[in-house]
Amino acid sequence: MAIEYLGLSSINGPLIALEGVQDAFYDEIVDFVVNGKEHKMGRIVEVYEDKAIIQVFEGTENMSLNNTHTRLTGHPMEIGLSEEMLGRTFNGIGEPIDDLGPITIEEVRDVNGLPLNPVRREYPRNYIRTGISAIDGLTTLIRGQKLPIFSGNGLPHDQLAAQIVKQASLGGGTNEDFAIVFAAMGVKHDVADFFRRTFEESGVANHVAMFLNLANDPVVERLITPKVALTAAEYLAFEKNMHILVILTDMTSFAEAMREVSSSKGEIPSRKGYPGYLYSELATLYERAGIVEGVNGSVTQLPILTMPNDDITHPIPDLTGYITEGQIVLDRNLHGQAIYPPISVLPSLSRLMKDGIGKGYTREDHQDLANQLFSAYAKVGEARNLASVIGEDELSPIDKKYLEFGKAFEERYIGQGPNENRTIEETLDLGWELLRILPKEELDRVDTKILDVYYKG
Amino acid sequence: MNKTATIYGINGPVIYLKGDTGFMMSEMVYVGKEKLVGEVISLDKDITTVQVYEETSGLKPGEIVEASGSPVSVTLAPGILNNIFDGIERPLEQIANVGGGAFITRGVSVDSLDRDKLWNTHITVAKGDYLHGGDIIAEVPETSAIVHKCMVPPDVEGEVICCASDGEYRIEDTLVTLRLSDGTEKQLNMIQHWPIRKARPTSYRFPASVPLITGQRILDTMFPIAKGGTAAIPGGFGTGKTMTQHQIAKWSDADIIIYIGCGERGNEMTQVLEEFSELVDPKSGNPLMDRTTLIANTSNMPVAAREASIYTGLTLAEYYRDMGYDVAIMADSTSRWAEALRELSGRLEEMPAEEGFPAYLASRLSAFYERAGMMHNLNGSDGSVTIIGAVSPQGGDFSEPVTQNTKRFVRCFWGLDKSLAYARHFPAIHWLTSYSEYLTDLAAWYHDNVSPKFVDYRNRIMALLNQESSLMEIVKLIGSDVLPDDQKLVLEIARVIRLGFLQQNAFHKDDTCVSLQKQYKMMEIILYLYKRCRELVAMNMPMSVLKEENIFERVISIKYDVPNDNLQLLDQYMADIDAFHDRIMEKNA
Repeated sequence: MAIEYLGLSSINGPLIALEGVQDAFYDEIVDFVVNGKEHKMGRIVEVYEDKAIIQVFEGTENMSLNNTHTRLTGHPMEIGLSEEMLGRTFNGIGEPIDDLGPITIEEVRDVNGLPLNPVRREYPRNYIRTGISAIDGLTTLIRGQKLPIFSGNGLPHDQLAAQIVKQASLGGGTNEDFAIVFAAMGVKHDVADFFRRTFEESGVANHVAMFLNLANDPVVERLITPKVALTAAEYLAFEKNMHILVILTDMTSFAEAMREVSSSKGEIPSRKGYPGYLYSELATLYERAGIVEGVNGSVTQLPILTMPNDDITHPIPDLTGYITEGQIVLDRNLHGQAIYPPISVLPSLSRLMKDGIGKGYTREDHQDLANQLFSAYAKVGEARNLASVIGEDELSPIDKKYLEFGKAFEERYIGQGPNENRTIEETLDLGWELLRILPKEELDRVDTKILDVYYKG
Repeated sequence: MNKTATIYGINGPVIYLKGDTGFMMSEMVYVGKEKLVGEVISLDKDITTVQVYEETSGLKPGEIVEASGSPVSVTLAPGILNNIFDGIERPLEQIANVGGGAFITRGVSVDSLDRDKLWNTHITVAKGDYLHGGDIIAEVPETSAIVHKCMVPPDVEGEVICCASDGEYRIEDTLVTLRLSDGTEKQLNMIQHWPIRKARPTSYRFPASVPLITGQRILDTMFPIAKGGTAAIPGGFGTGKTMTQHQIAKWSDADIIIYIGCGERGNEMTQVLEEFSELVDPKSGNPLMDRTTLIANTSNMPVAAREASIYTGLTLAEYYRDMGYDVAIMADSTSRWAEALRELSGRLEEMPAEEGFPAYLASRLSAFYERAGMMHNLNGSDGSVTIIGAVSPQGGDFSEPVTQNTKRFVRCFWGLDKSLAYARHFPAIHWLTSYSEYLTDLAAWYHDNVSPKFVDYRNRIMALLNQESSLMEIVKLIGSDVLPDDQKLVLEIARVIRLGFLQQNAFHKDDTCVSLQKQYKMMEIILYLYKRCRELVAMNMPMSVLKEENIFERVISIKYDVPNDNLQLLDQYMADIDAFHDRIMEKNA
């Protein structure tokens, strides 16, 4: 019954114009048959009366103005969902690529999702223990949070994400259903492989759904990949009551893809050539993390993005930071000193931390301790600046103490083994142990009562 | 029958209609089968352009667009407070109930306000009264905190020919019938409709003279804002814009708070909703939500509605101002609103100005901030709208267009600083980049209501901080050890000011909100400490001796040690400082 159109009006990069179409709607998915055999998929991005502008996911190679049959599917981008997705590998638009055959579909959903109503959200409060001191102690990850890793090329963000996946457990130690949705956007084969191996080695491969759009896969497909992955995550979390950790890597490639497609559409660029709707697009992805009232599942996001030229003010990390609930920033200097994980604690932040730690969650001294560590480490920076001008010997005794603290903090608190899994008590006690390097009167961020209990000489 | 037209083209949230549709500018329209809400943004003989406030996927060319006959408006009546709306005043709770579930579906048609609820109404006019626009016809206790005053719409006047008696009424029930000057009759109920982009009329504007007291030391003492004033809070991510807005929304002495979450995080709105329902207003003892309305247009909700949400909030605020209340608007964040403008402008292929923002950014911003003010209303009452807008400059760089243009139109600038935030110095409002033009306007108020010395103390504290900053330039180069003792003392006192006074702990029960009286006393103690120390230093006592005593640390922790309900404890500190002075003198004389 669906009409097939033969031929196209124009091809321009990933975009195709088709005239004389009837009943096409905005955001509709179309199916192309090239030369009678090759299938391609596209999405309508603009419609004018009987003219449709279509974005082709797989790239427009081999297509000519007269060898292509086009069929409107009558629905927006959808994906079939089922619990069977766990343990499977898909391409960027959700088609299985692991030769295990199709999945049994229980439900079909529009990948664009819908905004979560703030009155039906539940404010996230349960912390996830990652076993990494710099995260657990200072930028605690909360279930239902979106906490990106801001990294740079050559920094061990993948190892860090893998370690988090391996070690993540709920603070209370409850044994609820836990699964991972992994979305790769424009990453290298090696990186995808690294994650696959890590999942297998740590025995979680059965709980992982992988969506792969690799670096040489079509750019337009990359724009859909995170949406497909998040639709799967939402389904598993809110229909199947699972706790889902979503890893999105690399958000920079996603934004680059958007810029590429936007410029071929001839749109007016805003910052650094990115389209004006970059913020809205990123937000519709990140905001899909959360907890729904009365549902036992949750979606926690751990996006990874590489900051171009390590510049945190670049539009991609900048806009991300404005949407996400904090960020974990990796630092090249620490990496250079062979400190793993090289987390730069001062610009790192977890916005939801304050409500998920302390008495009843972690320990009563957690917030004060974290504030004190931040503030002391900020002073370390000042002391180091001074030392670089006047020499370490000339520093006042207290500044020297700070230098000592800074070194110990970086080596022992931030630094830890890639398989080292610290309990929250270990992390907190270590914090106090390091603070004891400093005299008690320097600890001005801690309530006197807590100080008396935990600062034992 | 309303005018209709058919869709010609669709590009994201922007749709084009063919032909001369006869629609009006800014008219509200219903788009397509699902009746999505939209607004006319440009008219042409051939093409009418509409921005749609909902997701447009699934729309087809050829679908019908129906005009509503009126501009995009809000419904004003009891039921606005203690409620949460989206950017075009649709109640999110109802959307969840009607639309079914946790996600916001499209084309949900719900009333802005509950039309079935009965309100206990007291009629304040009698037959024969001649009423003008703005006059109050009835009073309704809307929440435990606020009495809602139903008014005659601003453009109506006439004689009361019939009025209902006190009792329980729905918002649509007729309360008063007027005979207008042209002899026709007009029935008035509790509802008014008002276009969101048009300021509600008032009689005249007062100059700023009364501060909006927030309980935050760095604001009230250092950079105060007046009731009816405007302030901007710019800062990079993680510097505490939202936290500052929350603190003001919680503790300020405004009667009503309109909190606009414009393009921000969903979890934040949930947090405000949860927290404000539990927290109690210290003045009245009522839940904070009873004086609060939330407008939530989170970052994943449609971009056109984000643009409208600011105006929706503003119009609600003006409505309560007309009743004689002091209203404070928290707009978080105006940058998201500006970006929504940019996004739509890009879709319309308008010529971009700086950084891709449209050239009319400045005039839109000024039109927004100029709707603030302390006003004498049409009905003779006085009320104010205070606007506090967060700005999220890209990369934390204050030279970008939104921050710069905002700076031109606000009189209070609370600049958040990244390095302070990194050191977890909160509120991270930097005392050297911030300013308040209201300081001189409000000096008289502080003189009369707190202390004649208040402004003088404030200026001396500020001077010490400025001295510290120039001394720090030297310290950065050669260390603090080489400074003479009087300069070391300045550094030490400045440290006391920063840690003990400027830093404020929002999570500490006594420190989260501090009365002006305590703020004043704290300044007095710090300056007294400075005076006594200076006497010691003048007698060649080295700073190292002074620092052996813990008096500096004690003064720093006044904020925790002196509860707000026991301010007499503060007097002891003066005596302690004298004792400290005498001890040092004895030991080292």
